[in-house]
Amino acid sequence: MKKASALLLAALLAMSALSGCASSGSSDVITIGVFEPLTGDNAAGGELEVAGIELANELYPEVLGKKVVLVKVDNKSDKAEAATAAARLVEQNKVQAIIGSWGSSLSMAAGNIVMDAKIPAVGASCTNPLVTLNNDYYFRVCFIDPFQGTVMANYATSKLGAKTAAIIQEVSNDYSVGLASFFEDSFTKTTGDASSIVEKGNYQTGDKDFTAILTNIKQKNPDVIFAPGNFTESALIIKQARQLGITTPFLGGDTWETPDFLSVGGAEVEGAVFSTFFDKAMVTTSEATKFLAEFEKKNPGVEPAAVTALGYDAYILILDAIKRANSTDGPAIRDALASTSGFQAVTGSTTLDANGDAVKDAVIKSVTGGKFTYLDYVKAQ
Amino acid sequence: MSKKTAFSIAAIGAILLLALVLNSVLDSYSKRVLNLCAIYAIIALSLNLVNGFTGMFSLGQAGFMAIGAYAVAIFTVPVELRAQGFYLEPMHPAIANIELPLIVALLLGGVLAGAFAFVIGFPVLRLRGDYLAIATLGFSEIIRIIFTNTQSITNGALGIKNVPSLSNMFFIYLAAIIVFVLMRLLLSSSFGRAFKAIREDEIVAEAMGINLFKHKIASFVISAFFAGIGGGLYGALLGTVDPKNFMFTLTYNFVLIIVLGGLGSMSGTVIASFIITIGMEWLRFFDDTLILFGTEIPIFRPGLRMVVFSILLMVIVLFFQKGLMGQKELSVDMVKGLVSRVKGLGKKRGDGK
Amino acid sequence: MAKVLKSNLAAAIMAIMLAIILIYIYSAAAIKMETAVFVQHMVNGLSLGSLFALVAIGYTMVYTILSMINFAHGDIFMMSIYFAFFAVSSFHMPWVLALFCVIATTPVIGALIERFAYRPLRDAPKNSVLISAIGASFLLENAATYLFGGRPKALPDIPVLTRVITIQSVNFQVVSIVIPIITFVLLAVLLNFINRTKTGIAMRAVAQDYEIARVMGVNINWIISLTFIIGSALAAVGGFMWGVRYPGITPTMGVMPGLKCFVAAVVGGIGDIKGAVVGGFILGLGEIMIVALFPGISGYRDAFAFVLLIVILLVKPTGILGSKAREKV
Repeated sequence: MKKASALLLAALLAMSALSGCASSGSSDVITIGVFEPLTGDNAAGGELEVAGIELANELYPEVLGKKVVLVKVDNKSDKAEAATAAARLVEQNKVQAIIGSWGSSLSMAAGNIVMDAKIPAVGASCTNPLVTLNNDYYFRVCFIDPFQGTVMANYATSKLGAKTAAIIQEVSNDYSVGLASFFEDSFTKTTGDASSIVEKGNYQTGDKDFTAILTNIKQKNPDVIFAPGNFTESALIIKQARQLGITTPFLGGDTWETPDFLSVGGAEVEGAVFSTFFDKAMVTTSEATKFLAEFEKKNPGVEPAAVTALGYDAYILILDAIKRANSTDGPAIRDALASTSGFQAVTGSTTLDANGDAVKDAVIKSVTGGKFTYLDYVKAQ
Repeated sequence: MSKKTAFSIAAIGAILLLALVLNSVLDSYSKRVLNLCAIYAIIALSLNLVNGFTGMFSLGQAGFMAIGAYAVAIFTVPVELRAQGFYLEPMHPAIANIELPLIVALLLGGVLAGAFAFVIGFPVLRLRGDYLAIATLGFSEIIRIIFTNTQSITNGALGIKNVPSLSNMFFIYLAAIIVFVLMRLLLSSSFGRAFKAIREDEIVAEAMGINLFKHKIASFVISAFFAGIGGGLYGALLGTVDPKNFMFTLTYNFVLIIVLGGLGSMSGTVIASFIITIGMEWLRFFDDTLILFGTEIPIFRPGLRMVVFSILLMVIVLFFQKGLMGQKELSVDMVKGLVSRVKGLGKKRGDGK
Repeated sequence: MAKVLKSNLAAAIMAIMLAIILIYIYSAAAIKMETAVFVQHMVNGLSLGSLFALVAIGYTMVYTILSMINFAHGDIFMMSIYFAFFAVSSFHMPWVLALFCVIATTPVIGALIERFAYRPLRDAPKNSVLISAIGASFLLENAATYLFGGRPKALPDIPVLTRVITIQSVNFQVVSIVIPIITFVLLAVLLNFINRTKTGIAMRAVAQDYEIARVMGVNINWIISLTFIIGSALAAVGGFMWGVRYPGITPTMGVMPGLKCFVAAVVGGIGDIKGAVVGGFILGLGEIMIVALFPGISGYRDAFAFVLLIVILLVKPTGILGSKAREKV
């Protein structure tokens, strides 16, 4: 047994030595860290984002005459892991900039690290306001939750004529709780009736049975149900609601736009409406045309997800900032990023505000015929 | 002063000096990993006190850590930065304006965790074996669920950000050494030796006049206190805390550490904390795509690291049940013995075994 | 002995009935819940409870024989749902065939775990076995993450089972009726097996004292393996039905149901198969009724199982149906 374990150890050592050679960096390349959940609860979102980043890297492999190398690390959808992973990118891989992460709390875990190291980070789809707040080195190419909540509340009141709503939130998920609260504020303000939210249900990440909350809601008979949250749980909620005979429209947020939402939800998620960042019906820049064409070439017949487009945007924005700064120095790239204005990204013209958040338009999509389809378009405020 | 004590003091001084030097020369990634080692060592030691030295099986460490981490997070965030974090529901006025220095908050976290352990100890310590394990696990989940729902105190799922981040190796290693020394002193006192008697045989221990319940609850409360301190340091190191950090699966990490190190060995626990924490980082290459001789080896993709890690763990559990150290402690004599054994091995190689 | 058990079971069932009636009166009077809504909640609770019951039987069987918590049971359950997914989705099997495939394949994992993770430790201290169980559970989760990816898989709808039936504005899926029926049929078969057959008697002998059983000529390795095989097969049936009812499959999905089913087994009286079923129903109904009666604390729902566990351990550590005080408690 001792021999076997010694052998195993030797094998491990040999492999680490081999792989060590492969990932060593040098000064004539620019390394960009990709910091995403590749395993764990958020893996689906992470994968979609990485697809966009890799596509952008293939199309734009160079800046300032140097090759751009991506270094991917898995943050396992876990905060402690995310913090070490980010520190590893900064210190071991000596990256010049970081892209990521899907999941705001994971991005927040890297917040202090990038700030201390003065390495700029660009989040692709993390929408929680806290990510960039008080952090000079964190930026993002997406809008934030207060805007998203308002968009959906307005959609509910003006397009659906809703007077009452029920909320189902994933109480252990910061994204869900935040978005639900912004929706509630905006909805009660528009209806002018504090009691227009007739029922609020909470569940924990990983729960599978929502029949109790839904039966309660059915009794109250609201005009819409707002249920932002993880795609698996949300799809199950809608499925079970339909099984219980609830025909009320379901509204949600950007996390729903993953293939898994459709596969888990099946026919029952038909008609679900949510806000997101991009759709091919909303092409406003030449970059978007290019992105769609290249994506189609690589994945024939597959619709790109909005977060894939955002991953792509995060990458080209960093490259653009490096070009504008004409330097690979962290603070210089940061300054260039902070002054981004009218950048022609896939998801539309992008301007970063004082916090480093993108001010941009939202798209509303719904599920029809087992696909995400464009429904409406909301201008940035 | 005996030779042994003098040696211990010299060793402590050397470690602290090393920590001080490393603190200024190392990059932040290496420092973070080494700090995590020390913090994990504190928590693993606390778990070993109950599981390894007193022979009970508790799985509640994640909950006690959560209490410590939240005490630090709630009370050390600068008052002016709190409002923006608590943007859904303002912080409860009773605590909104209290700001404590880190050390006080750490101790408070430890005391709260200990107090909680004291309260739940009365009912749960009547249970044994796997019942105790599952009941403590239950309480740790209950704590997490409560913290998820008490929006105005813990900020719920949004978590608490802007915790003044702690990266000073000297401070963290000092804390770890204090915990280690206190536990050492406790275990060599007659009170602590009673723990081991309980571990060996409860009935005999009771017959010898040891008050079982008193000692069990003392061990449980002290363990929770240290876990609270460790949790507080963990929260400060991460700089952000949210309930999802403290799923009961977190406790499993510490179970692995004490199993590897040896149930009932303090030095083993410390060594194992370093091996596992650094090992997990080192195993990261399993997650990268590996290109050997120009072809991509398809088995290397995210997730492999954890599979390898869990297989290694099973091997230890099954074939090296005593862990690295069994119930022994690292000592000068032991190192000497080891050195001479290695020398001896070198002389008569080919011996077969 | 049998008489005591029988009367215990009758008392437990009557107590549950009484509790339901009291809850009904409370819900109708205090929060003006309509009867149809109440019935809907009950149907939801029974459907969840019978799933818990099925998986809890596996826990209780292993516990009876080996006096250990098979922490990996929840992960065996998870694996069975993946098998169901591959059978239905990749191999396009009709559901009955898929169910049999899952019942045939899942016990292999159970038996392997017993052979490699538990058998070598049979004479080791109990804590080592517990740690090995945690390790096995950890390994299964990580292996599933690596092999199947972290993204959720969706078991396709099986129209026969997922069709919705509406009676008087109460809606439920066919599977919600099928699960309790299967649970009770399996319970009857199992009780018969344990009490009437020679192997069943051998199993009980091993549970009593395996050293003596060995002396009496019982092949204890085989009996213990068989226990794991039966327990895993039950988890497989439970897993399949769970997958049909809640189709999102992820590598960590077995953890919470696993823990809750263990709680159900303890609540009902560990070591007693009927107790596991009673415990499963109490847990399922309880979880639903907490949310139904007190919507304000729906966020605390997952704590219910653990609170129930602790209360039971304090009030009646042998569980509702347990009669004799076991040394372990």
